[in-house]
Amino acid sequence: MFELDGLLMRLHQALSNWFVAHGVPAVWLDILIMVFAALVLIAFLALSVLFLVWWERKVSAHIQDRLGPMRTGPHGILQTLADGIKLLQKEDIVPDVADKKVYFWAPVVAFVAAYLAYIVIPFGKGLVARDLNIGVVYIVAITSFTVISLLMAGWASNNKYALLGGMRSAAQIVSYEVPLTISLLGSVMLAGSLSMVDIVEAQGPYFWRWYCFPQILGLGIYFVAATAEANRTPFDLPEAEQELVAGFNVEYSGMKFAMFFLAEFINMFTISAIATTLFLGGWQPPLPGLAFIPSWIWFLGKTLFLVFVLMWFRWTYPRLRVDQLMNFAWKFLLPLSFANLILTGIGVYLLK
Amino acid sequence: MMETLKEHLREEEFLINMGPQHPSTHGVLRLVLRMEGEFIRELTPHVGYLHRSIEKIAENRTYNQFMPYTDRIDYCASMPSNLAWAVAVEKLGGIEVPERAEYLRVIMVELNRIASHLIWLGTMSLDLGAVTPFLYAFREREWVLDLFEMTCGQRLTYHYIRIGGVSRDIPPEFEKSCREFIKDFRHKVDDYEAILTENPIFLGRTKGIGILPLDLAENLGASGPTIRGSNYAWDIRKAEPYSIYNRINFDIPTGKNGDVWDRYMVRIQEFRQSCRIIEQALDGLPQSDTVRSKLPAVLRLPAGEVFSRIEAPRGEMGYYIVSDGEKKPYRVKIRTASYGNLQCLAPMAIGLKIADLVAIFGSIDVILPEVDR
Repeated sequence: MFELDGLLMRLHQALSNWFVAHGVPAVWLDILIMVFAALVLIAFLALSVLFLVWWERKVSAHIQDRLGPMRTGPHGILQTLADGIKLLQKEDIVPDVADKKVYFWAPVVAFVAAYLAYIVIPFGKGLVARDLNIGVVYIVAITSFTVISLLMAGWASNNKYALLGGMRSAAQIVSYEVPLTISLLGSVMLAGSLSMVDIVEAQGPYFWRWYCFPQILGLGIYFVAATAEANRTPFDLPEAEQELVAGFNVEYSGMKFAMFFLAEFINMFTISAIATTLFLGGWQPPLPGLAFIPSWIWFLGKTLFLVFVLMWFRWTYPRLRVDQLMNFAWKFLLPLSFANLILTGIGVYLLK
Repeated sequence: MMETLKEHLREEEFLINMGPQHPSTHGVLRLVLRMEGEFIRELTPHVGYLHRSIEKIAENRTYNQFMPYTDRIDYCASMPSNLAWAVAVEKLGGIEVPERAEYLRVIMVELNRIASHLIWLGTMSLDLGAVTPFLYAFREREWVLDLFEMTCGQRLTYHYIRIGGVSRDIPPEFEKSCREFIKDFRHKVDDYEAILTENPIFLGRTKGIGILPLDLAENLGASGPTIRGSNYAWDIRKAEPYSIYNRINFDIPTGKNGDVWDRYMVRIQEFRQSCRIIEQALDGLPQSDTVRSKLPAVLRLPAGEVFSRIEAPRGEMGYYIVSDGEKKPYRVKIRTASYGNLQCLAPMAIGLKIADLVAIFGSIDVILPEVDR
């Protein structure tokens, strides 16, 4: 009843009828739909970041035996809005010695890279902006764009701490990219497709067919590597406050800083959404009998649970050191992900 | 290929000014680091940003007037700072202290040791990137501060211990609340250990990092948990007992290798030892009407000199007083633990990474007003 795909279908049908009736070329319809999808995604991301920032503060507060924001709205729900307005009003400081153009574009790249990944994520049954047949490859490519923005920010700020932060993040993200990509391949092999939609559909209709069971190792590797990709504790070295003051974004203020902040939270949601899609059955309910709950609620529920796990990590663990981080990626995660790949290959071959 | 690449690449070491405004220098310490990438090649601590001439001020104040200044020497542990001055003046002047006051002093100093170590625990885990233990530590510190507030009305600079005793008796509800705190705090220490001690990331960041060999520690004048971490059971409370410490049973925890982990474990065990001491002192607390001996309105000490030291949370704290028989001291020299401990930072951190420096600095628990005075 609350499934959104039927509604969208009817909307699409009505629009295309209208276009045909008035003799407008169909290409305009496609453009209109694309713009519509892009706007919806931006609105969704803005809203979810508003929620996630508040939620993170609440989760951290409750882990730490505090209340967290309580004054702005009921239980401080409007806190992020207030913060956002505050950041908008802040002076936009550009250091004199900064590389101005690169300095300006770095937060934009960070945000765009984080945003583009959402094009292929199926939010529910039929709720995907564009079902690319190479969806997984696309996502891996787009999410590694983040490193460029961090490097740009670190370099352009012309600040030693920022540079150290930028360099650290470059080394970190490039290293963790490898086990991350390989751990995704397990699910791709099981589903026999690179399309995110196909992978979700291959994991139905019962929960024991979710890939988190045959790919338990893959899920673990993916989640750890993705935490590192998103620069979150225990892998938040690029912005290690106690060592590098604030790392790559030390010189940023106002809305530019907010863009990095936004990108960080979008990335957190992205990695959880990808894990949900590839390992936890995406929008599929655990049992067919539970299908009366709309698919997008299942998707959001699973994703938000994983986001909660990420927050839990962050507020419990200390931070790794930079060489331990590298050793962990190359000497532990990478061999493990290869082993997972080989085991999956053998399994797929034997059971075929 | 590699050769031509090397010709075109330029490598250089660079200087980083860590501080005086930096999240993990715990105050206004400035460390000048010569870095080769992430590695520290040279480290120079610059102290003096918080110098307030406390030793010179002492020459212009009477013995009683100087007591509030001692609060500001180590503001995380004012009680031991008070006590050190009181003990030194009493030693030179031959002043008797009522029995009950001695017990109260020990209770307060040990409570303050717990509060001070809690700040260390919080800030060190914060330095290692773990935010949650910081807030846990401050939650428990709050209870200790409430106990102090109930006793003397102050929460930071207590000015409770006076020459010849303490300023006033504890309120009747103090003992119950204090015992409850001790009971509760033992479990809380277990909680801290659960979140940090067995955590593999924490172990990786602390084991074998910042090793301080014992001979170096002795030569540089380290004291307190810093030298005890290097496997040397040196504690003034046992070595030269003052107050009533010779009547109390407690152990001196020591480490084995002198790394960050050992210094961490020493302080964690000191939490438990302090609890033991407070319990014994509460049990033995004698009843008496007076907690401060009668002293002349203007206290004059006999001409002469004295050095006396106590075990403050960060190590040895001592006052050297020269008196010429006037109402003000002729000269005062303060020996603080942090200054000696800070000397150990450079030899421990050189060759390691900037992240290790932060961990080591957290583990020696330096407080800057004590370094600069």
